[in-house]
Amino acid sequence: MNLNEIMVSETSGETVEETRVAPIENPVLKLMRKDRMPHIWCPGCGIGTAVNCLSRALDSSGLDLDKVSIVSGIGCSGRVAGYMDLDSFHTTHGRAIPFATGLLLSNPELKVIVFSGDGDLFAIGGNHFLHAARRNQDMLVVCVNNYTYGMTGGQVAPTTPLKSTQSTMPYGNFEEPLNLPQLAEAAGATYVARWTVFHVRQLVKAIKEGLEHKGFAFIEILSPCPTLYLRRNKLGDGVDQVRYFKEHSVLKNGAETREVALKAACPISVGKFVERQAPCWTDVRNAQLSAALGERFASSGGKHGGN
Amino acid sequence: MKASPEGVLTGVHFIDGDHAACEGALAAGCRFVSGYPITPSTEIVERFASRIPTVGGMFIQMEDELASSIAILGAAWGGRKVMTVTSGPGLSLMMEHIGLAVITEVPCVIVDVQRGGPSTGLPTLPGQADMMQVKWGSHGDYEIIALAPSSPQECFDLMIKAFNMAETWRCPVFFMMDEAVGHMVERVEIPPADQIEVVERRWTKKAPADYLPYEPGPDLVPDMVKAGDGYHIHITGLTHDERGYPALNCAAQDKLVRRLSDKILKNADKMVDVREDGCDDADIIVISYGITSRVADEAVEEARARGLKVGSARLVVCWPFPDSVIERFARTAKAIVVPELNLGQMVREVRRVVSGVPVFGVDHAGGAVHEPERILEVIMQAASEAGLENGGRS
Repeated sequence: MNLNEIMVSETSGETVEETRVAPIENPVLKLMRKDRMPHIWCPGCGIGTAVNCLSRALDSSGLDLDKVSIVSGIGCSGRVAGYMDLDSFHTTHGRAIPFATGLLLSNPELKVIVFSGDGDLFAIGGNHFLHAARRNQDMLVVCVNNYTYGMTGGQVAPTTPLKSTQSTMPYGNFEEPLNLPQLAEAAGATYVARWTVFHVRQLVKAIKEGLEHKGFAFIEILSPCPTLYLRRNKLGDGVDQVRYFKEHSVLKNGAETREVALKAACPISVGKFVERQAPCWTDVRNAQLSAALGERFASSGGKHGGN
Repeated sequence: MKASPEGVLTGVHFIDGDHAACEGALAAGCRFVSGYPITPSTEIVERFASRIPTVGGMFIQMEDELASSIAILGAAWGGRKVMTVTSGPGLSLMMEHIGLAVITEVPCVIVDVQRGGPSTGLPTLPGQADMMQVKWGSHGDYEIIALAPSSPQECFDLMIKAFNMAETWRCPVFFMMDEAVGHMVERVEIPPADQIEVVERRWTKKAPADYLPYEPGPDLVPDMVKAGDGYHIHITGLTHDERGYPALNCAAQDKLVRRLSDKILKNADKMVDVREDGCDDADIIVISYGITSRVADEAVEEARARGLKVGSARLVVCWPFPDSVIERFARTAKAIVVPELNLGQMVREVRRVVSGVPVFGVDHAGGAVHEPERILEVIMQAASEAGLENGGRS
């Protein structure tokens, strides 16, 4: 079974025809830097599917793509920015979020997406995630969680399941992995969802919601790393993992995030866990300064601009 | 172009170097600062946080220096003139983003109010021991620009120059203050906005279809755009080609890294700023920078009073190092004396450039400025070893 068939089997009758017709050009290709293809990802890797979902969400979002910026850190998922035909920034390891913060605050017209991996965002970059969520910065953070450091050869990550073998945990991982949705909610994220690369329709919808959400939106995407996680743990190939996602995922919209930790032999909780309205950093800042300074507050800032 | 009046606090002020540096940044058009508190630099961001809401711009205190040093790079791509501010320990954390700013050619100013190190060292006391760190601290081959003010007035004046150089050469510019200059309170005169020259960003005139983000101009510097203008740029810390696309091969590396260095080194004569006093016919030249220049000047005066021909050369721009000026000194002077608040950093550069002329360092581990007598002592020793008449003794 290939990914397309899986996608079709999940769709309701009215869209099946649309998916079965082979397009002359892939509809998401217009959002890609075609001159950068082929990409670097391994056969069976889920990042391409995540990018496909992001592209479809952007395409149907109605956003002016000239005003959308994408920022990545380092790693396999860190290469995503470089393939998107947007203003795209491939920054340093773990620091995509503070780069995005500077970009966002320098120009309020921009819609800023951070797209990176679990090691990048939650190990080396964990502190920045906490504080951007705490501030409710108006950005969408998409994390492809493949349980490992793929780019460097499969080392243990803060998301690696217990007992799994990784090159720096050769006798089995004994560190408790992070529960990313719980962390995001605790830190103050105002939109939190988890899907897998099996759930392409839901993922497109979630990314669209994340783009429309005012404030800090976080989407975790579970994704296979066939080369360095699945192979090393004898879990089959990418399609086997997508089938596993299909068979073991349970929709739990609105679930308590403390109950959605990923555990061996437990179902994978997917869905939208958190969605609440709260003013973002810039709105709170402007309100506070306006109240304190009255007419002296230069909200538009003259020729050098301001917020 | 002239400075925007909303950022210029025209008038005569009695403020310290930290506050003056902040006013210099505002006058230069800096409209985004991210920082993290660290002694003895904090007053700069405190003043910016207080001033910027009425000027129009943005300040954010980030969660650490890793964040503050990359938030400014994001903001620069958003179109702002940007600055971050720190001291030794924070500077150490910023190193990776200095490399990112160099390779992606982001105009930015990084203020280092130097204190005694290494590590936590002497948080409230002066040092000048970060001079080599800013030049060499990030990995890989690169060149940067560094300026050293020696008074609150210069913290204002040279800060404008620092921003102008960052915009002209599209590279990080370090503003090498120290605790003494930062906390010294003096008269600072801020001129009217129409008397302040500021350099606008090198915005491209090309349409998106014709624009390559890293196609250099004749001065080896590419023109810039900002996010949101429809250019769909790709900016990466990987070695890249003129399109900005990763190019992970030897030829691309050679081309990029050489150009990044050459744009500074081959244009160095346009950047050199050495303030000379009596160097043309001097037997001994004292080369100094920052706060140490003010102490050195006292020693120079005393040596002159003792009958020696001593010149004073103050490095306002420390990096790129003014090779051509120092070479000229070496042709006429019989000895060179280099006092600095470290165990011998810029004196290595002087020794690299000169040959056949003895070079005397006057080191100091930091925590205070030199005693002028100590510098005078070395000037007299240099005179004596050079066989100068009367050894300066009157």
